[in-house]
Amino acid sequence: MQKTYYDPADLKKFGKISEWNQELGDKFFEYYGKVFEEGTLTAREKSLIALAVSHTEQCPYCIDAYTKDGLQRGITKEEMMEALHVGAAIKSGATLVHGVQMMNKVNKLEM
Amino acid sequence: MATQSLHKRESDLAQSNRQLEILSNGIFQNGELPTFKSKISETNQFPLKAKKLEILQINIGYMCNQVCEHCHVDAGPDRKEIMTRETMQQCLDVIKNTGAHTLDLTGGAPEMNPDFRWFVEEAAKAGIKDFIVRSNLTIIRANKKYYDLPEFFKKHNVHVVSSMPHWTRGKTDKQRGDGVFDKSIKALLELNAIGYGMPDSGLRLDLVYNPSGAFLPGDQASMEKDFKKALKEDFDIQFHNLFAITNLPISRFLDYLIASENYEDYMYALVEAYNPAAVANVMCTNTLSVSWDGYLFDCDFNQMLELPVNSRVKHISEYNEELLEGRNIVISQHCYGCTAGAGSSCQGIVA
Repeated sequence: MQKTYYDPADLKKFGKISEWNQELGDKFFEYYGKVFEEGTLTAREKSLIALAVSHTEQCPYCIDAYTKDGLQRGITKEEMMEALHVGAAIKSGATLVHGVQMMNKVNKLEM
Repeated sequence: MATQSLHKRESDLAQSNRQLEILSNGIFQNGELPTFKSKISETNQFPLKAKKLEILQINIGYMCNQVCEHCHVDAGPDRKEIMTRETMQQCLDVIKNTGAHTLDLTGGAPEMNPDFRWFVEEAAKAGIKDFIVRSNLTIIRANKKYYDLPEFFKKHNVHVVSSMPHWTRGKTDKQRGDGVFDKSIKALLELNAIGYGMPDSGLRLDLVYNPSGAFLPGDQASMEKDFKKALKEDFDIQFHNLFAITNLPISRFLDYLIASENYEDYMYALVEAYNPAAVANVMCTNTLSVSWDGYLFDCDFNQMLELPVNSRVKHISEYNEELLEGRNIVISQHCYGCTAGAGSSCQGIVA
């Protein structure tokens, strides 16, 4: 049995998910590829969004993949870190905004 | 940042046979990854054959004012290999009789060869159509004696091709040395000022981008767009085209890959990005590389690996176009660097 849940080498095997369901696997990869194409947003902008979301999703495969993708596109580490802070701000904001619910509840329950 | 060549440091990797050994052992020996030979055999492209000669690329010396981390030539101030006027004369004799339309001068910093200007003047007289000098830009600002190089290039209508790894100072200096970015910007401004790189100008100025690390270059067209926008906005600099070049796993870049434990992943990335369509147009099929001492190679990389052309003709003095055309190209695993993605050559992508 493997000793860790995550193995960097597994990223290379991502395509194999189609082997157990060709139709859905193919549809997924087709969709995935289409999403990242140059569109109203540039492929570069999409790469930065993907990097930020990779972190909020805490997906190590995605972090490896989109860090490398960013470097290949000439994205600087300063740009990468700024994108991450957008993700982090939404994460922490999402936590704190629930504070209103807490406050509502306290106000309702307290005499 | 290294300040000495691998040769000067007497590194194991300064030996070409040691590099070739690494490229044939490990993951390629145990079958984890296919060798380049077996890969191109899948599409019946083995043996790779030389077509009609179009580009003569002459390396006129390994001496350079920079010591870039990725340099496949292992060039630097401590390299003394330099082409003599006698060998240049032999090259000129060939230039006058060959059908090649492009003469491509490289190094080291080719401008550091004391006979560089003489050679350019003589070669210009021979009437080559596209006459390239691969200039590292900083040489123009390195010493007073080089300050008039832009004017010299203009006089002989030299096509200037210059390295520029990024449009930001940090990334550029990390790969090429402290201060390289500022000097390069100054040199580009000077070239622009006399007409180089301006829209519709016949004075060609192209930039070469190669990744500053263990990753492949992105899409050449989008990189060119980003470079143009940034250089125009930040410095009002213009240029014609950007060539995105893949770093080949030899010499100092191989040394870096091994030291940083990126070698296997990088080779995987190259093999995964293998594009059979790029194989048809790799530069060795229409280029001949001449070393500082006049020997012939399929490309500049094979020159550094000391893999001579597979022909009875080995030296520029015995040049024979008929004998060289159709020769089998000498390959090893470094060749994956030219067939990854859209392909890579000294003129940028090939597919």
